Amino acid sequence: MTRRTPLNEAHRKLGARMVDFVGWDMPVQYSSVIAEHEAVRTAVGLFDVSHMGEIEFTGPGALETVNRLISNDLGRCQDGQAVYAGLLNDLGGFVDDVVAYRFSPERILICVNSSNREKDFAWMKARAEGVTPVDRGDDYAQIAVQGPKAVGLVQRLTKADLSGVGTYRFTEGEVAGVKAIISRTGYTGEDGFELYCATDDAVKLWDALLEAGQPDGVKACGLGARDSLRTEMKYALYGNDIDDSHTALEAGLGWIVKLDKAGGFIGKDALVAQKAAGVPRKLVGFELTGAGIPRHGYPILKDGVRVGEVTSGTQGPTVKKPIGMGYVPTNLATEGSTFDVEIRGRAVPAVVVKTPFLKKS
Amino acid sequence: MSGNIPQDLKYTKEHEWARITGKTVVVGVTAHAQEALGDVVYVELPKLGVQLVEGKQFGVIESTKAVSDLYAPISGTVVKVNDELTGNPSIINTDPYGAGWIVEVEPLDAEQVGKLLDAAAYEPLTK
Repeated sequence: MTRRTPLNEAHRKLGARMVDFVGWDMPVQYSSVIAEHEAVRTAVGLFDVSHMGEIEFTGPGALETVNRLISNDLGRCQDGQAVYAGLLNDLGGFVDDVVAYRFSPERILICVNSSNREKDFAWMKARAEGVTPVDRGDDYAQIAVQGPKAVGLVQRLTKADLSGVGTYRFTEGEVAGVKAIISRTGYTGEDGFELYCATDDAVKLWDALLEAGQPDGVKACGLGARDSLRTEMKYALYGNDIDDSHTALEAGLGWIVKLDKAGGFIGKDALVAQKAAGVPRKLVGFELTGAGIPRHGYPILKDGVRVGEVTSGTQGPTVKKPIGMGYVPTNLATEGSTFDVEIRGRAVPAVVVKTPFLKKS
Repeated sequence: MSGNIPQDLKYTKEHEWARITGKTVVVGVTAHAQEALGDVVYVELPKLGVQLVEGKQFGVIESTKAVSDLYAPISGTVVKVNDELTGNPSIINTDPYGAGWIVEVEPLDAEQVGKLLDAAAYEPLTK
């Protein structure tokens, strides 16, 4: 059965092209992926990300319970701060990548990928020591407001002072009369917020943002632009660039792994061992220097021998180059290393580059 | 946009169009095709002199999200390719029947073009 977000009708009214995305009927584009991508880089875009899941831990010991499940450390955070983290398996691979919000040591909310919502909930429930998680995914809608004009737009619609809400901080307040969690996070490389509100309030909030954003040139943006925006930043997509068989260290996400965290976390032992032994392969960002566009699943070749696979790729609308990511042996992972991407039987040369691909001026 | 199906062209069920221009046939993709593809960002063109075979793949067209094959409406020799598409593939979106043409073919059998779909027969395939 196809699931619909509360904004489904709003998307259809805007003329969106709808596609099935892991069981959800979602907008892939409204007019043009490139135009929507550019709106986010230069003005502001709205994304319906209500398909994302939310899992909540409340009660004494919530912080300690969650901290044992995630690779990053909420213990080092203040209330009102969020962290990007992995839920890792015993081998150090990803069950999922998540954002964990610390409201207080007794209330933690975790935003999970829609594709992993049920799996994550079952995984957490089986491993949580202390506080029992609650699946709040049906209660929350989520709208991402992203772009250089996003902060101004949201500020015009709320009395909450957003100037004090730094990156990966959040506050609660009313936006356009709708009670929301206002989180300075995103998946585009631009400034902005992700707004969590009650499912029933989503249409009101969406319409208010669209209307108030008209002077800014706001555009509703689909999953197509979301993907090209995140790819230009080398942000990982679960199922493409990270999964249960590649470790957090191989994915280049060592910075969200706190091996020295009090109490440890699931997957730590495997990562400690891998760190000592050396990481055999790494997720790199590359540009094609020949003609073509790298795509998920294309083989990576060195001297004609398959050494890896492209995990994500696109023609970057802002960087205006064919860019991609993929796992390669560590000796090919340094900047300037060269290999080929096999595109329809042709070996197209590529070079490892510094990431993010998008350079902010 | 999908409604844009010029009467004077011939069509395939894979959404290519063919236009007879003297002894050659110009080939492109329809307005409906470019609309369905979305922003075109790359076109893999055949080389001059390549023999196309009716119904067989002769190139690739890529949008931001998807990779699609181009199929030859007729058999024949490629006598021109639209090199403009290499640097500016989005003209397929803006002008699919004009500047966004893809190849020009010298047909092996001129009568093959007549057997393609006319606008009225193609139109239902865009619904």
